[in-house]
Amino acid sequence: MVTFFQQVVNGLQLGLVYALIALGYTMVYGIVKLINFAHGDVFMVGAFMGYIGYTFIKLPWPVALVMALLTCAVIGVINERLVYRPLRYAAKISALISAIGASFFIEYFTSLNFVFTPNYISFTPPIKEITWIVGGVRITDIQVVILVTVAAFLALLQLLIFRTKLGLAMRTVSFDHDAARLMGVDVDKTISFTFFVGSGLAGIGGVLFGFAYPQIWTFMGVMTGLKAFIAAVLGGIGILPGAVLGALIMGQVEILTSAYISSQARDAIAFAILIIVLLIRPSGILGRNEPEKI
Amino acid sequence: MNKTKQMVLALVGVAVLDLVLWILIRIGIIGPYWQIILNESMIYVIGGLGLSIIYGFTGQFSLGHAAFVGIGAYCAGWFAITFSHYGIWASLGSLVVGMVSAGLVGYLIGVPILRLKSDYLGIATLGFNFIVYDGMQNSDKLSSVLGGAQGMTGVPQFQTFEWYFVTAVIVFILVRNLVFSSHGRACTAIRENETAADVVGVSPARTKIMAFTVGCVLAGLGGALYAHNYPYVNPDSFSFLESINYLIIVVLGGLGSMTGTVITAVGWAFLLEVLRMFLSLLGPSFINLRGVLYALILVIVIILRPQGIFGGIEASFLVPHIGRRKSDAAAGS
Amino acid sequence: MMKRTKWVALLLVVLFVFSVALAGCAPKTQSNVIKIGLIVPLTGNVATFGQSIQNAFNLAIKQAGGTVGGYTIQTVMADDQNTANQATAVATKLCTQDKVSAIVGSATSLTTIPISVVCEQYHVPFVTPTATNVRVTMDPNRKLYAFRACFIDPFQGLAGATFDYNNLHAKTAAVMFDETNAYSSGLKDNFVKAFTQLGGKIVAQMAYTTNDTDFSADLTQIAKLNPDVLYLPDYYQKVSLIGGQARNLGVKSTFMGGDGWDSSDLNFAVMNGGYFTNHYSADDPSPMVVKWVSDYKAAYGSVPDALATLGYDATLIVLQGIRSAQSTDPTKIRDAIQNLNGYQGVTAKFSFGPDGNPVNKPAVVLQINGPAKKYNFITEVAPS
Repeated sequence: MVTFFQQVVNGLQLGLVYALIALGYTMVYGIVKLINFAHGDVFMVGAFMGYIGYTFIKLPWPVALVMALLTCAVIGVINERLVYRPLRYAAKISALISAIGASFFIEYFTSLNFVFTPNYISFTPPIKEITWIVGGVRITDIQVVILVTVAAFLALLQLLIFRTKLGLAMRTVSFDHDAARLMGVDVDKTISFTFFVGSGLAGIGGVLFGFAYPQIWTFMGVMTGLKAFIAAVLGGIGILPGAVLGALIMGQVEILTSAYISSQARDAIAFAILIIVLLIRPSGILGRNEPEKI
Repeated sequence: MNKTKQMVLALVGVAVLDLVLWILIRIGIIGPYWQIILNESMIYVIGGLGLSIIYGFTGQFSLGHAAFVGIGAYCAGWFAITFSHYGIWASLGSLVVGMVSAGLVGYLIGVPILRLKSDYLGIATLGFNFIVYDGMQNSDKLSSVLGGAQGMTGVPQFQTFEWYFVTAVIVFILVRNLVFSSHGRACTAIRENETAADVVGVSPARTKIMAFTVGCVLAGLGGALYAHNYPYVNPDSFSFLESINYLIIVVLGGLGSMTGTVITAVGWAFLLEVLRMFLSLLGPSFINLRGVLYALILVIVIILRPQGIFGGIEASFLVPHIGRRKSDAAAGS
Repeated sequence: MMKRTKWVALLLVVLFVFSVALAGCAPKTQSNVIKIGLIVPLTGNVATFGQSIQNAFNLAIKQAGGTVGGYTIQTVMADDQNTANQATAVATKLCTQDKVSAIVGSATSLTTIPISVVCEQYHVPFVTPTATNVRVTMDPNRKLYAFRACFIDPFQGLAGATFDYNNLHAKTAAVMFDETNAYSSGLKDNFVKAFTQLGGKIVAQMAYTTNDTDFSADLTQIAKLNPDVLYLPDYYQKVSLIGGQARNLGVKSTFMGGDGWDSSDLNFAVMNGGYFTNHYSADDPSPMVVKWVSDYKAAYGSVPDALATLGYDATLIVLQGIRSAQSTDPTKIRDAIQNLNGYQGVTAKFSFGPDGNPVNKPAVVLQINGPAKKYNFITEVAPS
């Protein structure tokens, strides 16, 4: 039984990291109906920035975290401006291809020797590892840090979206761009801001990921980003609590499948469960089944 | 000039192209390495046309196309190895096996999945891609011939370009006929507006499943050819990244344009090789730039032409004449 | 609209013709030049392997003065990115376009198995420094043009199992392996077979994929089962990740592994105390090893790992083959390599059996010395 709780804790750690990335995906999708393929790579840049911050510049880790946040936020905005804005009112699929191109670009560009490196980098995280044993279950301080950070940013995000004018603008734009313009909302700035926040979250996710799994690589964003994206869809794409819910579920499913069904077929079973959920609730768990307008 | 003349001219052009390439291969200007690339481009044409039917013409967003190519490759490869004592008949049979296996799986998966909409369908097909990938990694448990993570070797190799070219041409003609038949029109109707199509009597479920199955059959054929073009079949060739390659080919070529898919498939296969050659000429340190340049080209092309290079354009001789002819009008019909 | 299409079509035709022309203009080989190819993963997930082998290859050729048997050496480098498709492509290019007479490469079984098929097809001999999977040379029959400078995984698995059972007195073992990695799953099979035959018990066999980073589910189970040994037959970067998580989750087992651990990028602190089977030890006092270590250090500033050392041996084997054959004909070179009799390399005296593998090649067991960031030599395991 204790082992079960341990596995739940393991799944929680994984799920929380996915949550930070999934939030960014869902925010961007909500406002511009685009699957930001490059989001996973922004996460990767965050992990690298954090690493550079606390290993080379010897910053205390919260400062490195902020540095990563800001770098990724800026990259997200630049990405939007250069690659997505020209295609904003074109076919969705064209924007997706553009996003794929942006994703490849970030991956291969950072792999060049004069940027980051194509090798894996293993390092010691700046947080000294302390483990507490609560009722037989091992909990590390890093897990607590991740939990606190995710909870804090989720709360901040809720505050932003529902209590500020900017948040109101974001919600308006997500409904209809033209109507928002008529209401005096600067659509371009709002979208840029959304990317700023979403990418910043991914950056934080990257740094925290580096604490939990201290090995970074320029292609680490591919799978993790994909899983976070699936989590966002699972919970209902465009819905913030859905992203977190989906991410937590993904984390649990992955870990518990590996522990109790088969570690061999972990991914396959996790995806099979995903497909079954989608067949039952086609718009995601918290998704609204919007009737198609003719 | 009228359609028939154009069509004949096109066929002659195709035959001439084949002859030219045949000569270039015989005299050795095109070496074995480039033959493999030529064959590869034909495989991408066939697989690409498959995804074109599914997504370009019927609007079903499939992110798992490479899985079906892989199913075709492994089934065909297994068949060709197990029955290799029958010589060339085994390989021809393996093509059929590849098509049937991929088509069957496509049908079985399509029935439940195709009711999902757009992005969700994409996720589901992507998930299926992973499931198949995982299965391939463990395939040695099913049969040691399949090799599992250690790959499958021993498939008899046929690298004569003519086989691939002729197959691709036949597939293209069949696809073109499908697209301009009533079935094809049903597909585009579904793509444009599913509800309206339903109202006019086009069954969304049946059309989507038919299109998906046909697309998967073509993917399977591409896979079967793949197994005969490369001496080593391993799961990494059928990961979701490969599915994205097919998606890029179809979208960049222009959704709903067969000409676009064909030309982009060939161009794409060659682009990567040309980049490699060009960069290695510059020096060993430039080889790393290949991925960066590829990504830049991708982004620039799609921004400059969001509808795809051949979006909305189809070679005119392919499109059948609909409606009254001039002669009928003149005669007052 | 049609006009633009015509231009695009024209552009594509030009691109095609251009690439064909490029293909055609392969420079003619001069009569006293011999081309030797190198295929290694310079980028991708095992980049340090490729870099080590490349360093050794270049050093060996430099030490030979850039000539062998009267021919001037022209090297052709290719990066296989540690993927099978790239390996197939570059091997085909080297054999058919560049027309090399021999190849050194590649580093892993995943890439070397397809290379072996291509080289067999085009009759070009190759010597792989470190690909240990059996199928590189025998699949199931011998590929005559395939050779390797290292031991094979059945022996490596046996060596590891023997060491654990006899030296560490381990009765139980758990294995975690990468099911998407030909090397990892192959070595795992061999270890499991050997350990069970010796009388040990395998309490768990857990698979993960190359993209996985979270192993907490498996490690929690393993901590509960508490085997004597946790066998990790994978590359250095995966192992570093697993090792760190293992200790955090309370796994007390001794870590054991294979030659994939050998890299300067291994996390020495986390893997401290772990053992692994390898091809050579830098502390070996024999004169060839001492000279090799100091030469490499002088050229590249670090102690050579097993990959560099075997890369060096593989290159020496190719060069000796060319010297014996006195020819650029790949088949003659292949015969010369097959007939080598006790040729002195750094890691052994090389003679090749009918299976293309070096005869009587021993393995060493090394232990990770975390604080000193090096390996301690423990023992040598000779083939029975």
